[in-house]
Amino acid sequence: MSEFLLEAQELNTRYGSSHILHGVNFKIRYGESLALMGRNGMGKTTLIRSMLGLVRPFSGQVRARGEDVTGAETYRISLMGIAYVPEGRGIFSSLSVKENLLMAARPGPTGKKDWTYDRVLDRFPRLAERLKNGGNQLSGGEQQMLTIGRALMTNPDLLILDEATEGLAPLVSREIWKIVREIRESGIATVVVDKNYAALTAISDRSVILVKGRVVFDGDSEALNGDSELIAKHLGV
Amino acid sequence: MEINSILIQLLNGIQYGLLLFLVAAGLTLVFGIMGVINLAHGSFYMIGAYLAWSLAELAGSFWVGIAIGIVLTIILGMVLEVVFFKHLYRRDHLYQVLMTYGLILIFEDLRSVLWGNDIHGVVIPELLNSSIQLTENLTYPMYRFFVSAVCIAIAIGLYLTIQRTRLGMIIRAGATNSEMTQVLGVNIKLIHAVVFSIGVSLAAIAGMVASPISSAYPNMGTQVLITCFVIVVIGGIGSVWGALAGALLIGLADTFGNVFAPEYSGLSVFILMSIILIWRPEGLFKRSYK
Repeated sequence: MSEFLLEAQELNTRYGSSHILHGVNFKIRYGESLALMGRNGMGKTTLIRSMLGLVRPFSGQVRARGEDVTGAETYRISLMGIAYVPEGRGIFSSLSVKENLLMAARPGPTGKKDWTYDRVLDRFPRLAERLKNGGNQLSGGEQQMLTIGRALMTNPDLLILDEATEGLAPLVSREIWKIVREIRESGIATVVVDKNYAALTAISDRSVILVKGRVVFDGDSEALNGDSELIAKHLGV
Repeated sequence: MEINSILIQLLNGIQYGLLLFLVAAGLTLVFGIMGVINLAHGSFYMIGAYLAWSLAELAGSFWVGIAIGIVLTIILGMVLEVVFFKHLYRRDHLYQVLMTYGLILIFEDLRSVLWGNDIHGVVIPELLNSSIQLTENLTYPMYRFFVSAVCIAIAIGLYLTIQRTRLGMIIRAGATNSEMTQVLGVNIKLIHAVVFSIGVSLAAIAGMVASPISSAYPNMGTQVLITCFVIVVIGGIGSVWGALAGALLIGLADTFGNVFAPEYSGLSVFILMSIILIWRPEGLFKRSYK
C-alpha cells in the first residue's frame, strides 16, 4: 500500500489553449490535513478537479491509494474514499435535505460505517430541523453543513473542501472551522481551500501554495504562519 | 347525444390518454434527464405491438408473449443506449434529430424484413374477452378496463420509484447536477442506461397492451410520436406528472373531437395545444425534479 492517499505527479492541465497547471506535484497522506492556498485563478480548483477526474489532465499522473487513476471516471475515484465539497456546494435543489443525505449513503472503501444518517443529523442538528425542506431553501451556512454532512455519508478517508467558508457570516464560518477540526481529529484526511489563511494554517499540518499553476511552497503550516513575508508575497491581495 | 354514449367516450378517452402517458413518460424522462430529443421513441411503441403479436403466436399465450416481450425491450433499451444514444447526450439537438430520425427508418425497415408489411390483429386473451355491465343497457369491454388498470399501476409504480426510492433520488439528483452526482460515487452512465431502458420498455408495453385494440401495423409509431410530443410540450418538457395530465387531456380531446366534429378530427389535439401554450407557454407543469 502506498503511503499516500492521493497524489498528483507532474500534472499539466489545459483548458483549451490556456495552460493552467504546470507540472504540479501534490501528495496527501492518510489522516493528514492540508491547506491548499493561492490567490484566485492560480489553479487550486483545477488541481482538485484534475485529481478527481472531472478534468482530464494533459499529461502527468494521478494516483489514489497507490493506483493509477489518471483519466478514470469520477465516480470510481469517489468510491476509493475521496469526497469533495465544491465551491458553490452542489446541493440538489430538487431533493429534500433528507434525500440529499440519503442518496449519498454508503460504507467507505474499507467497509467502515462511522458516519450514518443518524450521526450526521446528530452532529448537524440544524439539518435535522429542516429534513423536509428543499435543498435550495437553506441559508448559506446550512447549505455548507448539508454538503459536508452529505460528503461524510460516503464515509470517506479524504474530504476536500473548496472555499470552505466563502460567503458565510463570521459566526457560521467559526462553526465550519470547528467541524473541519473535528473531521480531522476523527482521522479523516482533509484538503481545505479558503481565503482565511490564519484559520487555515491553524487547522492544517501542511500547506501548499500555488502561484500561476506552480507549487511555490510546500511545507509545515506552522512555519508558513510565522513567515509573513512569504504570505504577503504569494497570498497578499 | 345520449348520456350513455358520452360515458363510453369518456372511458375511451381516459383509456387512450393513459396509454399515451406510457409512451410520453419515456419521452419526457429521456429529454428531461439526458436532454435527448428521441424521434425514434414512437418506434418502440410499434416494436411492442409487433412483439406482442409474434411472441403471442410463438408462445401460444398472450401473457407469456408479453412477459418475454418486456424482457426483450429492456435489453433492447440498454443496447440502444450504449451503442447509439449515449453519444448524443452532450450534442446539439440537430445531431439528435438526425440520428433518431435515421433510427426510425432503420426500425421500419427491420420491421418490414422481420414481420412484413401486413396489418396483424392480436387476439384479446380469453380471460379478458368479455364485457362489463355498467348500467342496465350499457356495457364496456373488459379488455379496455384492463388496459387502463395496467397504465394506472405503471404510473403509480413510476411515481413511487421516482419519489420514494434511492434509485429515484439518484435519478433526480443526476437530472439536477450530473457532475455532483458522480462526485458522490454514482455511476451516472449506468443510471442513464437504466432511465433510457425504462423509457423504451414503457413505450413498448403501451404498444403491447394496445395491440389487441389497435392491431400491429406499419408506421404505427409515427402517429403516436407526434401526439406524444404534443403531450410533452403541453405538460411541461421533462415533467412526468405534466405528461400524465397532458396525456389525459389529449386522450379526451381526441376522443370527443372524433365524436362531435369528425370532419375536423385530428385538429382538436392541436387546438387544445395552442390554447394551453397561449395560456402557459412553459406547459402545465414545471419540470418537477429540477
